[in-house]
Amino acid sequence: MSAITLVEAVNQALAYELNADENVVVFGEDVGTNGGVFRATDNLAAQFGNNRVMDTPLAESMIAGMAVGMASQGIRPVAEFQFMGFIYPGFNQIVSHASRLRNRTRGRLSCPIVYRAPYGGGIHAPEHHSESTEALFAHIPGLRVVIPSSPLQAYGLLLASIRNNDPVIFLEPKRIYRLVKQEVPNNGEALPLDRCYTLREGTDVTLVSWGAMLHETQQAAIELDKQGISAEVIDVATIKPLDIQTIINSVEKTSRCVIIHEAARCCGVGAEIAAQLCEYAFDCLSAPIARVTGYDTIMPYYQLEKSYLPSVQKIIDATLNIMETV
Amino acid sequence: MVHKTTVANFEISHLRYLNEHSKLTQNLPTFADDKTLIELLRLMTLTRELDQQIINLQRTGQMGTYPSCQGAEAFSVGIGHAIYKDDVFCPYYRDQGTTIFRPQGIMGLLQYWGGDERGNNIDSLDQDLPISVPIASQCLHAVGVAYALQYRKQNRAVICTIGDGGTSEGDFYEAINLAGTWKLPVVFVINNNQWAISVPLSAQTACQTIAQKAIGAGIDGEQIDGNDVIAVRETVREAIDKARSGNGPTVIETLTFRLSDHTTADDATRYQPQDVVQQESKKEPIARLYNYLLATQIITKAQYEKMSQKCKADIDKSIEEFLKIPKDKATSPFDHLYENLPEALIDQYHEIGATK
Repeated sequence: MSAITLVEAVNQALAYELNADENVVVFGEDVGTNGGVFRATDNLAAQFGNNRVMDTPLAESMIAGMAVGMASQGIRPVAEFQFMGFIYPGFNQIVSHASRLRNRTRGRLSCPIVYRAPYGGGIHAPEHHSESTEALFAHIPGLRVVIPSSPLQAYGLLLASIRNNDPVIFLEPKRIYRLVKQEVPNNGEALPLDRCYTLREGTDVTLVSWGAMLHETQQAAIELDKQGISAEVIDVATIKPLDIQTIINSVEKTSRCVIIHEAARCCGVGAEIAAQLCEYAFDCLSAPIARVTGYDTIMPYYQLEKSYLPSVQKIIDATLNIMETV
Repeated sequence: MVHKTTVANFEISHLRYLNEHSKLTQNLPTFADDKTLIELLRLMTLTRELDQQIINLQRTGQMGTYPSCQGAEAFSVGIGHAIYKDDVFCPYYRDQGTTIFRPQGIMGLLQYWGGDERGNNIDSLDQDLPISVPIASQCLHAVGVAYALQYRKQNRAVICTIGDGGTSEGDFYEAINLAGTWKLPVVFVINNNQWAISVPLSAQTACQTIAQKAIGAGIDGEQIDGNDVIAVRETVREAIDKARSGNGPTVIETLTFRLSDHTTADDATRYQPQDVVQQESKKEPIARLYNYLLATQIITKAQYEKMSQKCKADIDKSIEEFLKIPKDKATSPFDHLYENLPEALIDQYHEIGATK
């Protein structure tokens, strides 16, 4: 078995499920003949036919809304938005319909849809191609929000998302699409949703992150270790519903927490995690919860994106700052 | 002088059988035997009775905000009579006369507008979409459903309804564009009642007809008299048969007039010129068919009065049952939020469950 990248793991999961379930269909802009602008759907149209892997007209509300209609009849649509920055025309369909259909029909119809979108900064892209707005979706009842951080996770979580009977916003951190390779057995085994993953065990501080930022977070943990600070690293992975218990358990052990995300700080998912830690684990905190995040500004064009995004050094500094608190 | 050649020509047809004076303009289509015409009259009368009684319930605090369908009876009953049972209906919110044919039915409508989600789940085998309140969003569901039927090679069709204002929305254009591109089995029927709340059609579009919007999507578009239930039934059935046999989508514009406020929270006298309303009310669909059936002695005044009383009694009975339904439990929004309640929501579930 050869090692594959995160984007190849996405492709492998899509192919596995297209093969396993004839109700699964894949569509979006350029996903057919071209195999997607990042090649996530490479070769799928040739393999499964263009009535199951479809190039759609260029219309994102249509992509989001037709998925609702398909899903209402038992199709399991995997819809791609080419970039998260172009998901907003589909926002009405996702928020007003996909998230609500099960409830408003009291279970008669449901939306087993996966809305995939590459997201996040760091690839020198034009404007609107670099934002991280997972919090918009995490706020909406009825949606799931899933963000993998490795090829293994991308494979297992995407399979789980396709098989899940509720709508999932599956955000792929494109900065790490090809950053690392892992051996990913093509065995069709899904990972559980609603679970955080502990990537590194530690005793002094809990670093909580997701997606591409885990790359910097894990590097920071290695550097902190050199300074005698043992950091536990938690990959949230399933942003919604949030497995707060795993984070609470960790903070009960370490008594300190730093939350790292590249989205803007205000009302970010970090705010929800911090609020729940204050509600449920306040007594065991020996320092304020710290956040290392993008700024509450417009995501800058790529010349300045490095100064916008959390860095290893910013994570180390924020951690050292709360370590000083008794 | 620059020379240009014509590369395409288009025209839009208009169909009616029964004019505003209840006179036939041409021979009736084959479906329109006496018995069927009487049945269409009964269903339109039933729809209006339902509508008026729901408004009365709203005025007495027993119903929420409600959009009357007065003036839309031929539009909606014509569609309802044309749809096959195994077709899929993607309604907008002024389709009461169609819905009474569908599994949701009168009770489902009462519950839905009465603020109870259970009204969208009267029959567990029902595949229709529930009423779509966000304007035109149902058009995209319709093409998604149509894809599913086409993918499974089923000879079924999707019928999607929308108002004139809705055809200004991007979702409408995106849907008809995809329907044409993929040759989907879907029929879009537009209730052009001339008003989107307070905005008249002239402020909505420069198009001479709404039907011609179909031309931009490369699909068939036609206009009919929406106060003539015979034209609606005939045209919609023809388009459905076309869709079911794999010959692609159709846009049908029905010309009607909204003879009511937009909803019970609206006051149309603020913006509708009363002389126009009076003029348009003379064209309304129920009197039009009734006067024809009376003149041709297909029905007598006494028979119609009896029919109307029966409609009223039927609606009375439904409302009596509706008013007896206890409200759903407070935890019900959690029960169908996800397939299984996530751990993260269990505390909230118990919290709301404890409230009275």
